[in-house]
Amino acid sequence: MAEPLLDIRDLKTWFKTDDGMVRAVDGVSLHIDRGETLGVVGESGCGKTVTARSVLKLIDMPPGRFEAGQILWQGRDLIPLDETEMNKIRAREIAIIFQEPMTSLNPVYTVGDQIAEVIELHQKLSRKQAMVGAADMLKLVNIPNPQRRVHDYPHQFSGGMRQRVMIAMALSCQPKLLIADEPTTALDVTIQAQILELMQEMKERFGMAIMLITHAMGVVAETTQRVVVMYAGKVVEEASVEALFGDPRHPYTQGLIRSIPRVDRSAGRQARLESIPGSVPSLLDPPPGCRFASRCRYVMPACTQAIPPLKEVAPGHKVACIL
Amino acid sequence: MSKMEATKDGALLSVSDLRKHFAVKGGVLSRVVDKVHAVDGVSFDIAAGETLGLVGESGCGKSTTGRCILRLIEPSSGEIWFEGADVTKMDATALRALRRDMQIIFQDPYASLNPRLTVGAIVGEALTIHNLVKSRRAHEERVVQLLETVGLQADHMRRFPHEFSGGQRQRIGIARALAVEPKLIVCDEPVSALDVSIQAQVINLLEDLQEQFGLTYLFIAHDLSVVEHISTRIAVMYLGRVVEIAPARDLYDTPLHPYSEALLSAVPIPDPTVKRQRIMLQGDVPNPINPPSGCHFHTRCPIAKPDCATRVPELRESRPGHWVSCHYRG
Repeated sequence: MAEPLLDIRDLKTWFKTDDGMVRAVDGVSLHIDRGETLGVVGESGCGKTVTARSVLKLIDMPPGRFEAGQILWQGRDLIPLDETEMNKIRAREIAIIFQEPMTSLNPVYTVGDQIAEVIELHQKLSRKQAMVGAADMLKLVNIPNPQRRVHDYPHQFSGGMRQRVMIAMALSCQPKLLIADEPTTALDVTIQAQILELMQEMKERFGMAIMLITHAMGVVAETTQRVVVMYAGKVVEEASVEALFGDPRHPYTQGLIRSIPRVDRSAGRQARLESIPGSVPSLLDPPPGCRFASRCRYVMPACTQAIPPLKEVAPGHKVACIL
Repeated sequence: MSKMEATKDGALLSVSDLRKHFAVKGGVLSRVVDKVHAVDGVSFDIAAGETLGLVGESGCGKSTTGRCILRLIEPSSGEIWFEGADVTKMDATALRALRRDMQIIFQDPYASLNPRLTVGAIVGEALTIHNLVKSRRAHEERVVQLLETVGLQADHMRRFPHEFSGGQRQRIGIARALAVEPKLIVCDEPVSALDVSIQAQVINLLEDLQEQFGLTYLFIAHDLSVVEHISTRIAVMYLGRVVEIAPARDLYDTPLHPYSEALLSAVPIPDPTVKRQRIMLQGDVPNPINPPSGCHFHTRCPIAKPDCATRVPELRESRPGHWVSCHYRG
């Protein structure tokens, strides 16, 4: 098999706090192939966002630090790189979009200025050429009247339109990988559908890979090819999207899938939702053993002794559970 | 629409032609320059013991409707009948009594609990206000009972809200609402801020409590899967108006209004083997300051005809119990 585009190996991103070390990402390994969409799912605090930000080294250090691991971008480890080197990778090779576009756009510059800045910086074009490029990008993401709207400020756009602006900015240098961190979580469902469709279109057009970080299982099922499920800083399962939903192996994944009400099934209210008891454990000096053990219905004494390794149970399907 | 059209006898709550306009102020003199038609003529009924789901996207007026019912927001016009009395005409004393029967649970379990009060004080406050317990001991016993009802423990009463997770905080909010033994609870996005595994716990709890205490819910949410799961009937709102009301399953099986149809088709299904035809709506929800004329939805409607821009559709009963406001559907 060809070398993966991005290969994260045993990454540990920890944060030093007054209370002790928070092991936000604690030995995560995952890879993304060229042109594929990888879903990274999990609930709040599972480490999915920290993993994504670690790739672009957007973690404040301190308090954060890379405790161990490698982030291989086309075979080259990003962790030792300095800021100058990283800036060559950011936007041009790996771009990122966030959940709340308003916090990642500068409110005092027009969106045209902000997109043009990226183009100018990374493609060595003049400001004038870059502004033309910015309008082209707005047109590409289906913003009406792009020539006029490049001169508008972020607050003049709606939430969905702002996310389009973010996508336009992220794609302006035609990156090989787009990291989308909960890109539709703040949006209404009809706008979410528009944005997901746009991302799909852009992916086909530019042939880039997407790392989609989300907590919404529905979004994962509809847009990704392969999925990594995270829990409390660790990967608990990795599989093709069909295998993950058709034959989930980890008790956490199973619980997650069963706990979502579905509109397409006439279960109605007769059926009780299955819920996972308890809540996510603290990542501050977590106990030894499987981190899901305290909530797991199949827990056995051995579960609390050692962390189960991620093992391949079928081709491409890996599970971290001793069962 | 004409009054009382969608109402029937025996309703616990009956909302009729409810309107709420917020003034938009501008200029140096802060004059009223415009009005936001947040709720623009909403009518529905809730029967005792049922759950009416109220769905729609941001800014459709669903939360404002919920808050008007409790008069946490003063309605501009319309009637809200609860057990034979019009809530909109109640004075302060009557309102206080009303709040024993009607309670609300909020979306954000972080913002809706006073951080300086212990959980015992939060849950027990209403017991004191409404004089529901005779002694301190009875007060404490009742608080413990309430905490245990929602799946918390007695010793939690001496702790503060920040010591709890989001799901546990939502349980505290539910215990607080239950303290006065209400008949109706307005649930305003009660699980939207929670993780899915926790969300299921809270939904199950709400269902159990409904059964146990015979509660009636107005369940406001934007997540259509959750609403379908918990509701008996569902009302879909768009820009301040109800566009469709139907029994939950009916709405999902055969949505009549083009907006309901598009909304449902946009919900991602957590099953990669299900492939659906998605109805893509163009553009964004229009500004509620100047909503489109005629049918508010005509600017985005895939089946709009010229007269949709001029004639306001009435909510009418297309099939028994299934109401829709569209000139060309149903």
